[in-house]
Amino acid sequence: MAESDAESEPAGGVASFDAGPRGPLDGLRAFLHAYPTMVPVIVLALCVAVFGLLAGDKFFSPFNLTLIIQQVSIIGILAAAQSLVILTAGIDLSVAAVMVVSSVVAGNLAVKIGIPAPLSVLAAIACGTLAGAMNGLLITRIKLPPFIVTLGTWSIFYATALWLSGAQSIRSQDIDKAAPLLKFFGNSVSLGSARLTYGSILMVVVFAVLWYLLNRTAWGRHVYAIGDDKEAAELSGIRTDRTLTSVYALAGLVCAIGAWASIGRVGAVSPQSFYEGNLQSITAVVIGGISLFGGRGSILGALFGALIVGVFESGLRLVGVDVLWQVFAIGWLIIVAVAVDQWIRRASL
Amino acid sequence: MRSILKIAAAVCAATFAAGAAHAQIGACLITKTDTNPFFVKMKEGALEGAKANGIDLQTFAGKIDGDVATQVAAVETCIASGAKGILITPTDSRALAPVVRQARDAGLLVIALDTPFEPASVADATFATDNFLAGELIGRWAAASMDASKAKIALLDLNASEISVDYLRNNGFLKGFGIDIKDPTDIGDEDDPRIVGNDVTNGNEEGGRNAMENLLQKDSGVNVVYTINEPAAAGAYEALKSVGLDRQALIVSVDGGCPGVQNVADGVIGATSMQFPLLMASKGIEAIRTWADSGAKPKNSPGLDFFNTGVRLVTDKPVSGLESITSKEAMKLCWG
Repeated sequence: MAESDAESEPAGGVASFDAGPRGPLDGLRAFLHAYPTMVPVIVLALCVAVFGLLAGDKFFSPFNLTLIIQQVSIIGILAAAQSLVILTAGIDLSVAAVMVVSSVVAGNLAVKIGIPAPLSVLAAIACGTLAGAMNGLLITRIKLPPFIVTLGTWSIFYATALWLSGAQSIRSQDIDKAAPLLKFFGNSVSLGSARLTYGSILMVVVFAVLWYLLNRTAWGRHVYAIGDDKEAAELSGIRTDRTLTSVYALAGLVCAIGAWASIGRVGAVSPQSFYEGNLQSITAVVIGGISLFGGRGSILGALFGALIVGVFESGLRLVGVDVLWQVFAIGWLIIVAVAVDQWIRRASL
Repeated sequence: MRSILKIAAAVCAATFAAGAAHAQIGACLITKTDTNPFFVKMKEGALEGAKANGIDLQTFAGKIDGDVATQVAAVETCIASGAKGILITPTDSRALAPVVRQARDAGLLVIALDTPFEPASVADATFATDNFLAGELIGRWAAASMDASKAKIALLDLNASEISVDYLRNNGFLKGFGIDIKDPTDIGDEDDPRIVGNDVTNGNEEGGRNAMENLLQKDSGVNVVYTINEPAAAGAYEALKSVGLDRQALIVSVDGGCPGVQNVADGVIGATSMQFPLLMASKGIEAIRTWADSGAKPKNSPGLDFFNTGVRLVTDKPVSGLESITSKEAMKLCWG
């Protein structure tokens, strides 16, 4: 359409480009440009409304809504870690592997060796932080691209988890006997038919803390500055390598906290679960409107991104859509989300 | 004279070399993954068998279930290495057929372990659990353990590819339970109202939990849960327990791994069909040896298009007319 208009009266088309009246769509675009976090919120609200209409009461039941939160909680925590890294214009393909290896460490120490559960959890968190720091140091000291480093460590951590666990899950009943603390985040509070697990609450707390760090501390400003333009950040006196390493280490720590939550969620220490967790976390981040080029987007976007995926899957399931088409739909959701994001960004031109 | 000695030495050397080649042959084991204890046990059996039979065994594995590319590369490597035979658990029962044909054309004996090809004749032989029977046994057990007319069945399958082991167990279970399965190679085409639904688990705890929650969403009255394997069953149990419905549902599964048998003892799983991976692998190795020595190919079990390595029902609540062993006996036979 635009092309044929341009052919018919080229000069007029170009001249009226800036002067054209602003329609309601342009107004919306300008609003969203000013408040980019609203995009995932609006998409989430739309998804809830549409699936509410299609699937009816079953979808809107408190049980289902809290179940969705519960089901996305682990990927949500991984997405929080992923957001930190993506805000620096990096990427972390190893998040899920860091989580799995940390959970195996906790399980082995507490159940197989018999070390007190609190110490085992601390050891697991230290392990996750170290794994993250290893990513950070490889990236800043040896100057390797984050994609390459974490592609490598993904395999390394995954293999380590298999080796440490002998590829065997630690059974729920054995954890209950030896170290019930490991399953702490599987407990839940019930309000009527709503069941909010501690893991779901943990996810929200993780996002709140990271939001505070990113938006209310100098460190957070530095993270955004590095993601926006690393050289400029360095010239303005930010110790970029140190900050970057701390970002990857913190991401590792968040993954290890996710590991603790995952034991509660899955019920077992399962070295074979969450194999696709890294890609699912990136999906949540992207749908949440955080730019893969760094420096732009709110970490809360990733929370909404994770919830959008959860609502989408739950809704499609309740409507009776086959697994295959759920995967298909999520694929389109990613592309549409990024396309909308680009469209909003062009509002400034 | 010298040249005669030389020739004699060369002949000796050649004979010796030929003798050595006869004793030591190459073979490959290609499993779906190196992570599932089932395949770990299989590898163990194969390595032991290889040692006993003078076979130099190379092992390969896909990275995850469904990793066809790695398995194709493994078959190609194996052909290039001059091995006499391949034992493979095809991660995709259809996609690997062309490369297996290449291997057979190159003169290798190809034996499918655990998962049959489609058709089974793609490989020279198949050594497997009768997965349909494995499903049928737990189906019959479940039907006899409850009022089958009031059943609400959740089916927790493997993944969206619907490979043979997935539909064989699923449909075997349904047939054993007394449900019309329609197309025996299709999952989910049944229209019996007692079926609540199918979902996929990727064969692990996380997937089992999600899938169970999803099906409980459809109908919270689920009282029979079929699971593709024991980790998925453990995940399903956690989901039921989290909403206080663990007493309402019978969980049945297939595998016979030690954690799974322990779960039968603990009342998590009602019944499971045990299979014997170690036996599959050691029989497979023996078959390659026999074939290399005499050219004889292994024969199928009567009435089946594969060699049945056996399946046994494990339960602590036996039902009449169905042979089973207790979890205590099964602990001695379990793998992993």
